[in-house]
Order: sequence, then structure tokens, then C-alpha cells
Amino acid sequence: MTTIGWLQIALYLVVLLALVRPLGWYMARVYEGQNVGLNTLLAPLERLLYRLCGTRVEEGQSWKQYAVAVILFNALGMLVVYGLQRLQSALPLNPASLGAVTPDSAFNTAASFASNTNWQGYSGEVTMSYLAQMLGLNVQNFLSAASGMAVLVALIRGLRARTEASIGNFWVDLTRSTLYILLPLALILALALVSQGVVQSFDPYVEVPLLQGTTDGDGNPVTTQTLPMGPAASQIAIKQLGTNGGGFFNTNSAHPFENPTPLANFLELLAILLIPAALCFTFGTMVGDRRQGWALLAAMTLLFVPFVLLAAIQEQAGTPQLAALGVDLTASDQQAGGNMEGKEARFGIASSALWAAATTAASNGSVNSMHGSYTPLGGLAPLFLMQLGEVVFGGVGSGLYGLLIFAIIAVFIAGLMVGRTPEYLGKKIETFEMKMASLVILIPCVVVLFFTALAVATPWGKGALYEPAISYTSIYNPGAHGFSEVLYAFSSQGNNNGSAFAGLGANNPFYNTTGGLAMLIARYWLMVPVLAIAGSLAARRTVPAGPGTLPTHTPLFVVLLIGVVIIVGALTFIPALALGPIVEQLLMLGL
Amino acid sequence: MRSLTVQFRPALVCLLVFTLITGVLYPLLVTGIARVVFPGQANGSLLVVDGEIRGSALIGQPFDDPRYFWGRLSATGGHPYNAFNAGALAGSSGSNLGPLNPALAEAVQARIEALRAADPQAGPPYPADLVTASGSGLDPHISPAAAEFQVRRVAAARGLSEARVRQLVAEHTEGRDFGILGEPRVNVLRLNLALDEVR
Repeated sequence: MTTIGWLQIALYLVVLLALVRPLGWYMARVYEGQNVGLNTLLAPLERLLYRLCGTRVEEGQSWKQYAVAVILFNALGMLVVYGLQRLQSALPLNPASLGAVTPDSAFNTAASFASNTNWQGYSGEVTMSYLAQMLGLNVQNFLSAASGMAVLVALIRGLRARTEASIGNFWVDLTRSTLYILLPLALILALALVSQGVVQSFDPYVEVPLLQGTTDGDGNPVTTQTLPMGPAASQIAIKQLGTNGGGFFNTNSAHPFENPTPLANFLELLAILLIPAALCFTFGTMVGDRRQGWALLAAMTLLFVPFVLLAAIQEQAGTPQLAALGVDLTASDQQAGGNMEGKEARFGIASSALWAAATTAASNGSVNSMHGSYTPLGGLAPLFLMQLGEVVFGGVGSGLYGLLIFAIIAVFIAGLMVGRTPEYLGKKIETFEMKMASLVILIPCVVVLFFTALAVATPWGKGALYEPAISYTSIYNPGAHGFSEVLYAFSSQGNNNGSAFAGLGANNPFYNTTGGLAMLIARYWLMVPVLAIAGSLAARRTVPAGPGTLPTHTPLFVVLLIGVVIIVGALTFIPALALGPIVEQLLMLGL
Repeated sequence: MRSLTVQFRPALVCLLVFTLITGVLYPLLVTGIARVVFPGQANGSLLVVDGEIRGSALIGQPFDDPRYFWGRLSATGGHPYNAFNAGALAGSSGSNLGPLNPALAEAVQARIEALRAADPQAGPPYPADLVTASGSGLDPHISPAAAEFQVRRVAAARGLSEARVRQLVAEHTEGRDFGILGEPRVNVLRLNLALDEVR
């Protein structure tokens, strides 16, 4: 790694952490219903919406009502996305005359965008009409993110509730997340991205001449290039901010129209972790003890940095196989060097590796380089970050509520060690909470390993669903890397990330269906137990801290929390990782 | 069940209203502002020379003529730098080859051989980005090292002095953004267009 590479990573962290406090403060005010400056403009709209909904701000919901509201709302959204894809050939705003999406792919994509995963089994520019992108995918980019934030706020209310049994009103939290937080940020980012060259247009695709002609696979001359257009910047802004990650174009933020310059790259990268990081401060503010929020942010950051360094160092080192061919892998002012396969010249190594770690630490899943072409350990970093359960920053809302569940597990383990009833923020943690917390921790692990095993133990994983013997395979790369592709796919979908080792041909009925199920389970089977904990804690009295209380804002607790996250992830996934990236690393070194 | 029916109205209302706001008004607002403030960028950063569109500054094009600088390898479907093909359902794509896949070594080797066939004096070490495929398959840039590697070939093929070609490369080299972000890079299409202008 070059000095400038280290500086790029350091600059990113400094800017990110500097923005945590102002944005976190702003979001806390939004959720408390205080004036934030946009109220003159948005409050009338908000009031009108509540009247149409037949709901009132002060009308609290029980956790069950809250859960029904989230799931019903997301199910309706999923239905719309499915319908738009199936009917797009008959609907307007389809200048490239794209046909209807197949049922299994449409299901997968609908599940993917409703669950804030944004796994993409399809290729954007050749599959989705402008209308499907705008009314389907773009809307869910906002609403799935807002749903996650709403559930987090409900959990925070449960943790701090003194007497009231309510955890808030989903419709209010959804509305405020969307109008006051996501929309203004997205508008600013979208315009900044257009200034850098991200396309934003409803015009048809543009045909331009090639300076030097070429020939296609059949030997026919090719003299022009068709440039895909579309309302890309508006969608890319929210896909980065809302930890969605679904690209407008097939290669996501590696595509020059999606991420044209290093400055655009920095802004998009910042947007990935911005809201998840700032929500830690919002949490601290809302529970009345900011140290609690800083402790969680510290745990996230300390978990994040080593994986950034692992990816960056491995990618810069390249592979002995490339070196043997005479490739110059050294970094200098004249070239990035290292493993440039699947990376863009304008980003080089450091900006690509930093993105790979950030996008998988958060459940974003957008990419600016192809993770499937990473060195074995460089690819392990994003893979393992997802397997940690998307709690290192994680999804907007979902990352922090996931980490809060880990915090509950951590105080429970500490309680076991000293033989006292565990408590978190003055709330006693009892059997019900522990049962729910265990579900939250275990369900993604089971989903990932079960579907991976199913894929590799049957011909289905190679793409055969009906015929017993086939000559082709969906698993593109041979050997251990092929297994990594499958493990990565289910780790990604089973934790609502959405990035891929794109060698896997996942757009077929088996992967679309199992992946779709994995995403739905990982999202809603976690959300419901989290809301159950929120409801149960809200009804419980707060007890004053005693001498036996474990303080949860200290470095000791941060270390304990990191330990729990790593141990759960490592115990569950090291055996699978040993079969994929670790064995590949040994092969690479010729051992 | 009662809860479900009670919540149906707000669910429907919120979905409709937010679809209107985030799915229609928001993209239209961004498009409207972009059209006025950043018209060139919003419409694909097209390179217009003498009133004629010659390509996009952001999307690379395929080159294998010794007289032109070559860009990154491209793994797009059908042919290199195929940004969109409705018939073949092809668009931007990386190679997705794993680090130990023999096909990766073959692709790198083939590129090295092509470079050597066009310039027998060209020897190792080969700049990393010149012999590997980009993530998008549409990368418009190469590193300054990859450009320097090709200066001798281009100069010889065009009958220009190496100094003249090197000067053109320098004119088309962009530094890091703000001196820190990203990597120094050379826009291949712009450079080749400039080469064709040299008399």
C-alpha cells in the first residue's frame, strides 16, 4: 500500500466520523417531532398524509400492530415491484422495448428491493424499463430503508420507555424517515453526482460512432456503440444512502455512468456508511446517554478497520500467478499496480478495497470493483463482514438494531459470568428477550449455511432444476473459488447485503427462488423478534443502576461486544470459509 | 385480523403517496435541475468535435490498431466495450474470473502477446491495468504507466517523434482529484482523438 492509499482510507474515516454528530443530532430531532428547519415546507404535507391515513401522531401502536404495519406495507410494495416487472412491456417509459421479466426473476427482485437487500439477479440496462426502475425499484430504495429506520426507532423507544407501553407509530416513523431524512439527502447527493457525469435523462439510449471499428463474435463489423441512459443519478443517490445497493447499470458503481470520477466515488462511498454511523448518535441522544451511542459506534469502527486493511493489503499485493507472467504489481505515481482485474483505472486499489469493505460492512451491496476477481483473502474480507450479520454499521436502522441485539447477548453473557440478572439501559433482560435475541442471531446463520449446502449438494446449484444431468454449470469459476461464489451469494442474500461474486449465474429458477426466500426470512424473521423485544421492554419498569450493573458505555463493554460478534460469526462460518477462500489462498501460494 | 384491516388504509395511502413523491416527483425534480445546471453531464458527457458526436468522455472504446493507444481489456458480451446490445441482452460486465482461474492467466498472456506482436521491443514488466480487464468493461482510462508503455509503438506507427506523442499523453493525463482521491489516469478516447488531429 502506498502512502496516498493510506491517506485515502484515513480521509474517508475522518470525514465520516465528523458527520456523525450533526446528522445524528438532526435525525434525533426528526424522530422526536421537533423543528428541524424543513418543517415549514414539509409539515403540511405530513399532516395531510396522516389525515388520509386516518392516523394521528400521538396514536401509539403495540409491537404487534407495529409489526403488522411494517410487513403489510412491505408486502404491498413487493407486489407493486413484481407487477411492474411482469407488465413493463405493456407500460410506458420503455424506450428500449424490453420484454416482461420472468416470474422467478421478478419474484427475486421484488423480494430483494422490499427487503432492502438489492441483490440483482438481472442486468439493469438490458432488463428493466425506466418505469420499473423509477416506480418500482427507486421507490422501494426509499421505503425499505425508511422501514428499517422505523423499526430501529421503535426499539429505541422500547429501551427508554418509562411507563408507556407504546413503541410509537409506524406510519409516523416511516413518513418522517422518508420526508425529512432520506429525500433531502438524496436530492443533494443526486445533484452532486450529476455534476460529476452521472447520467440523468429520460431520453432514449444514444448511439455514438466508434473511432476504430471492431467485429462482434460472429465476425460482423461493429461501427457504433449504444450508450444506455436513464434517470440514474436520482436512483444511485438513494441506493447508496439507503444501504440498498441495487445498481442502475449491470456493473453497478464500476460503470462510468454510475460512478464517473474519484470525487463521485468518494461521495458515494461516504453515503454508504453515513446514516448507519450517524444513527448511533441518534440512539445515544434518544436514550438520554450519548456515551451509549459512542460505545456502539466505537465497536463498529474497530470491527470495520481491520477488514479494510486486509482487503487493501491483499489486493495491492496481487497474486504470484500475475507476477509470474511479468505483470508489474508495484504501486507508483504512474500506476496503481496490484490486482487490477475487475477494478477501474480511476479508482485503483485503495478506493476499491475500501468500498468492498464498506459496502459489505453496511448491508449496501453496491460495488465499484468486481469482488469475484479479488485475491482469496481480499475476497474473504467482504464475505466475512456479511457473515457477521450486517451489524458492523449494517443496513440503515437494521444494522444498529442488529448490534443492539448483540449488546443484549453481551450483557447476558457478562451476567452469566458474575451470576446476576443482566440489564441493558436499566431494563432487566429476561427469558423472553433472550429467546427473541437468539432467533435474531441464529436465523441468518441457518439460512446461509442451509441454502449453501443445498446448492452444492444437489445439481440445482449448477443451474439444473429439472434435468438430472447437465453439461453446463452456473458456477463459473472452477475449484474453491466456485464454492466461494455460492457461499457468497447466500451470505449476501441471507444477510440482506446484495453484493455478489458475480461469476455465479444466479438468474435461474433455483437461485432466484431460494435467494428470494433467504432475503425475506433474513429481513422479516429478524424484524419481528426485534419488535417483540421492543414491546416487551417498553412494558418493563426501569431499574436504577446498582453496584452489580455492567456499565455499557465503557471500553470494557466495547471489547466484550466485539468479542461476541466475532465469536458468533467465526464459530458459525470458519468451517465454510476454510473450504472457500482459505483453501484458495493456500493453493495460490502453492502450498 | 382486525389489526390487518385497520392498517390496510394507511399502507395503501402511504405507498401511493410515496410512490408519487419518491418515484415521480423526485426523479423529475433532479432531471429538471440537471437539465438546466449540468446539461452535458446529465446526458452522457458526449464528446462533440466540430458539431459531430464522437463518443462519450466516460465510456471507453475498443482499440487494437497499433496507431492508437489501447485501453483496458473488456469482458462485455459479444465484443469489447459493448455498452448495450438489445439483441444479445449484453451490457457492462467484468470478467468475473477468479484469481486462480486458468482463463485469467490465458487472457493476460494473450494481451501480452498482442502487445508484443504490435511492438517486438515491448518487454516485461507490463503495467497491471494494461493486461487486466476492468470492472465495467467500459473503463475509459488507463494509468500513465500503461500509456508510456505504448508511446514507442504509437509513435512508430504514426511516424511521429516519441517526444511529440509523450507530450500528447501528458496533456491528456489527469491527476488525482484534489491531489488525493483516486488514481492518475489517461483518457484513451480523448488521447486517440487528439492523435488523429495531429498533422
